[in-house]
Amino acid sequence: MKLPPFLRLSPKWAPYVFISPFLLLFAVFGIFPLCFSLYLAFQSWEPTGGLKAMEYVGLSNFTFALKDAWFWKALRNTLWLAVASGVPQHLVALPLAAFIHTSFKRLRDGVIAVYFLPYITSTVAIAIMFNALFSQDYGMINAALAQVFGMEHIDWLHDVAHVKPAIAFIVFWRYVGFNTVLYLAAMQTIPGELYEAATLDGASRWRQFFHITLPSIKPMIFFGVTLSVIGGLQLFEEPFILTGGKGGLQQSAMTSAVYLFREAFDFNDFGGASAMSWLLFVVVALLTWLTNLAFRTRRGKQ
Amino acid sequence: MRGVRTFAPSRRTVLAAGLAAAVAPGVRAKESRTLTVAAFPLVDQIVKDAIPQWQQRHPDVAINVVMRQYEDHHTAMTTALSTAVYLPDVMALEASYVGKFSDGGGLSDLLQPRYGIGRYRDRFVAYAYDQAINRKGQMVAAPTDIGPGTMLYRKDLLDRAGLRDSDLQPSWDAYVDCGIKIKKATGANLIGNVKTLKDLMIRGGLKKGQGIYFDADSNVLVDSPRFQRAFELALRVRRNQLEGRLETWSNEWAEAFRRGATATELGGSWMVGQLANWVAPKTAGLWRAAQLPESTWVSYGGTYYAIPRDSDPDKKALAWELIEMMTLDPSRQLAALRTQDAFPALLAAQDAPMIDEPQPFLGGQRARVLWREAARHITATAVHKQAKFAEDAVNAELDSVLDDGKDIKQALADAARLLELRARR
Repeated sequence: MKLPPFLRLSPKWAPYVFISPFLLLFAVFGIFPLCFSLYLAFQSWEPTGGLKAMEYVGLSNFTFALKDAWFWKALRNTLWLAVASGVPQHLVALPLAAFIHTSFKRLRDGVIAVYFLPYITSTVAIAIMFNALFSQDYGMINAALAQVFGMEHIDWLHDVAHVKPAIAFIVFWRYVGFNTVLYLAAMQTIPGELYEAATLDGASRWRQFFHITLPSIKPMIFFGVTLSVIGGLQLFEEPFILTGGKGGLQQSAMTSAVYLFREAFDFNDFGGASAMSWLLFVVVALLTWLTNLAFRTRRGKQ
Repeated sequence: MRGVRTFAPSRRTVLAAGLAAAVAPGVRAKESRTLTVAAFPLVDQIVKDAIPQWQQRHPDVAINVVMRQYEDHHTAMTTALSTAVYLPDVMALEASYVGKFSDGGGLSDLLQPRYGIGRYRDRFVAYAYDQAINRKGQMVAAPTDIGPGTMLYRKDLLDRAGLRDSDLQPSWDAYVDCGIKIKKATGANLIGNVKTLKDLMIRGGLKKGQGIYFDADSNVLVDSPRFQRAFELALRVRRNQLEGRLETWSNEWAEAFRRGATATELGGSWMVGQLANWVAPKTAGLWRAAQLPESTWVSYGGTYYAIPRDSDPDKKALAWELIEMMTLDPSRQLAALRTQDAFPALLAAQDAPMIDEPQPFLGGQRARVLWREAARHITATAVHKQAKFAEDAVNAELDSVLDDGKDIKQALADAARLLELRARR
């Protein structure tokens, strides 16, 4: 049966029709919230008064955010966590990937899967598990530390000095496998002849790693580091769930993302929270650009 | 962590809520209609218990109770009010949220002639009524249950320390002095979490209409003798190791009550229901209630019903009728007291014989009489828009005083500076 002509999709329009579901969803869940938060950043809004209750206040949300001590505290926490969880991720993932690449043949996929598992596990499940592991009285981490080093039990998640390292560890544990997979994929593209030639010339595996592997996967390192910078600065789920949505004692684990969530939904200040989110965007953009710069200059020197 | 949780039990205190069913507008006579009530745990139960009585009056109007967990409920209500979609016909609100929502204009003014709550003013306990009046003089919610502040103590532990409740009461300092004796004689801590002591102390001695953290003109009140004293006493409790350092509502906190490791607790009268129902039911008969030290009359939690401004106009009359039934009918108020320990805001219910009944959990003490007395001394406290932030900021400073030895004056000045930046936002 043939469709009547007015129902037929002309080839000219077909691509647009087929791509429209994505565009529609992206407009609703991507573009609209983006524009709305930019708009809100210049408004004072008592949300329970309805949309009509908005009032234009110019830049005052931004000046407020910049003067707010908690905004800076949250940013410092974020940077601390980004460095403490991000740097070890790459320092471990690189040699780990090289080790898996050279030492496992048949078992390789299985080994990678094990390292990748935390990345695809639900954050809530991870949080519940680590809550149990980090428990002061009955947690396995304290039990192990006490057994091996004779350390006193630490209240990991409620102690100002320990909650940040605990969260950094979880983030590290979660993403190290992801980075390993990235590096492994990059290593598989390095031609084997390079290593053969180097071996013939008498280069040790150590030198091969530094002079063949590392330079060859530099673009992937750039990619991985960029993802870590962006992800680290937007860190939300782990600290949010592990501190019951409040950011921990004395806000010691309150990242910028957690703070701006609280600013909006706990403290009812959507304008201020929107302004903070755009300030955070500026920080993310700046650091991403600096990362880019750092990798480019080094490449130039070579 | 603790801020919101402090009021968590008032979920239990509170009354009911409902669900939403889309009803075609204008279809009245024949088709049955549904009134949606949004509530949080225990309030939902109180409303559900009222459904049979409601059905006698309105067999054609069903009540749909939509229950969400305490914080989810209030977040959902914020969202519903901000967009004016999926608004319930009746919304239950915890006392602190009434203050937070009151100046937004999203809730109907119940003083309008179509509701006319003003004519019932004398039937409610005064502070609970005044508490729901916003700066423009509108009344945005009707009180249903209240949480008069009270002190609970383990009589057996006090006996072993040779103390009586009158020893705890003269002043907050006397209360802490007793804590030292209790610790010595029994090993039990005075209190599970010292922040509770601070929270009650900073609520004491407020002038009418003044807030805890801000006055009516948004001036910050944190850097004041009231806070100074609460911080000093909290530090004294910590230094003498009289607190369990337990997070309120945590398992360890509850376990300490079960084991008799905590000798007293401060909070709203609803705390008795919490202890009796799940925290430490086996300690029944060992507890007694008393007025707070230094005749501190404070309100700690409570529940209100409100009608959203933009909810279905055709159902507002019915919504108000339901609220009237829940708040002004003594039998409903007493049913909530009996089943959920929700202390009535309605004076007629407070004068009912049930108030004089002995309470088995308190060893047969007639404690509700104390709470009725307290309720009549309490004055309304203005809740500032930034009160929730203020609570967090003050708690953070208290932690640095207790944990890191920060100077109290400095801590309060720092908190005040944080609040000043936001006071007029």
